[in-house]
Amino acid sequence: MAPRPRGGVTGQAGEHELLSAGDVARTVARMAHQIIEKTALDAGTASAKGSAPASPASSEPPAVVLLGIPTRGAPLARRLAERIATFAGIEVPTGVLDITLYRDDLRRRPARPLESTRLPAAGIDDRLVILVDDVLYSGRTIRAALDALRDLGRPRAVQLAVLVDRGHRELPIRADYVGKNVPTARTEEVAVLLDEVDARDAVVLRRPARQAAAEEDRA
Amino acid sequence: MKHLLSTLDLDAATATGLLDTAAELKATLLGREVRKLPTLRGRTVVTMFYESSTRTRVSFEVAGKWMSADVINVSAGGSSVGKGESLRDTALTLSAAGADCVILRHPASGAPQRLAEWLEGTGTGVVNAGDGMHEHPTQALLDAATLRERLGELAGRRIGIVGDVLHSRVARSNVHLLRTLGADVVLVAPPTLLPAGVEHWGVTVSHELDAELPTSDAVMMLRVQAERMHGAFFPSAREYSIAYGLNEARLRLLPEHAVVLHPGPMLRGMEIAPAVADSSRAAITQQVSNGVHVRMAVLYHLLATGGGDE
Repeated sequence: MAPRPRGGVTGQAGEHELLSAGDVARTVARMAHQIIEKTALDAGTASAKGSAPASPASSEPPAVVLLGIPTRGAPLARRLAERIATFAGIEVPTGVLDITLYRDDLRRRPARPLESTRLPAAGIDDRLVILVDDVLYSGRTIRAALDALRDLGRPRAVQLAVLVDRGHRELPIRADYVGKNVPTARTEEVAVLLDEVDARDAVVLRRPARQAAAEEDRA
Repeated sequence: MKHLLSTLDLDAATATGLLDTAAELKATLLGREVRKLPTLRGRTVVTMFYESSTRTRVSFEVAGKWMSADVINVSAGGSSVGKGESLRDTALTLSAAGADCVILRHPASGAPQRLAEWLEGTGTGVVNAGDGMHEHPTQALLDAATLRERLGELAGRRIGIVGDVLHSRVARSNVHLLRTLGADVVLVAPPTLLPAGVEHWGVTVSHELDAELPTSDAVMMLRVQAERMHGAFFPSAREYSIAYGLNEARLRLLPEHAVVLHPGPMLRGMEIAPAVADSSRAAITQQVSNGVHVRMAVLYHLLATGGGDE
């Protein structure tokens, strides 16, 4: 779907920029529009607001909750909520869902520090929960997130939004909102960089040094 | 981290990491109807207690079960220990039967260390749950967790440890950990209840409780361990209580923000007055509930990771 970009080579050898800062902003904006459209966010609350403008907070809270998966899913969820507020005038509650304790690969790796899980005060019961993550790869993170959600409440439905889908699924999981599909090799690494965490916005593709050198030779 | 034997083995980063994990676990479980995480599913934790204990054994068991580990309790009374089996053989049996982690309380100082050596190469980890007069690292961690909740960061804080320091593994573990975390420790005790070599611990030693209270951010009252005393360490319980017991008058000498800790079990009226133990300044039940989260954090760091490297 997306041709492998040849142009945006950055300083580091074997690193290609897939999305620039501007691309990231546009992609997040597009995903926000898609969420508004697909969940009919504006339709439902617009009529509710019209009938009872005096008490917008208490009457029917928005049915959608954005839950970011740390590290970079959390700022992404906040950005999506901010875009949705700008485009549709609706405040969507956001939260953070740490899935470390639910991972199936804990024993294969050194101890990971836990991040905090923060749910919106109203909880997630009977809401449409949209999980937000930076990269969709094997799908194991999302499975762990679904397991974690089960312990926290009973959402009406769960959807998934990712900035990058790089393929190589190991589980029957797909995203409802995808910022960019990137065909990759397993040896490559896709890194989403966000200002809140990395001091800049970008999506980069990194190749192992040897492979990058081989491709240079061929070119 | 493969074993937790002494707080001396914890550097500041590891200790802070454990405390952060404990705090996150506490927040994660707060207000949940089902307090069960799948993290240690399929792992087996054995508690081996050769000494009586309520809170430590229960909180290790709860910690393991909340993380879905299978927890098996072995007490010296109901096991082959009563038939004369050695600690080493009992431990090797448990390891062979599939224990991923042995939590040991033993009256002999150094027993967990020996156990860890015997179990070298078996993949079974050892947690010291109190060995003789030596160490009780998870108690020190839960004390630090409680102090962090009440006081914030511990660097530069002045913590008094009062009473029977000589027989106290809690005091030893706390001194090491608090110093690692940057706190100043003051030991307050009669000279007979201070161990030899205390001048090399890097702490201040005092015999005057009243003089230390106004500058303390927290005081930790230690139980007078009569079961380990085979001699006269002070003239009478009443005299000890008058000189080193924390009563209401002394509570008023403490700064407004200061916290009172006690590792339990308490001897009310001896080292701590009932009114003090039940006051809002005392964090004694908070210590117990933090004990569960700290032990969850220890099991997480020990068992939920791929081997011993870092």
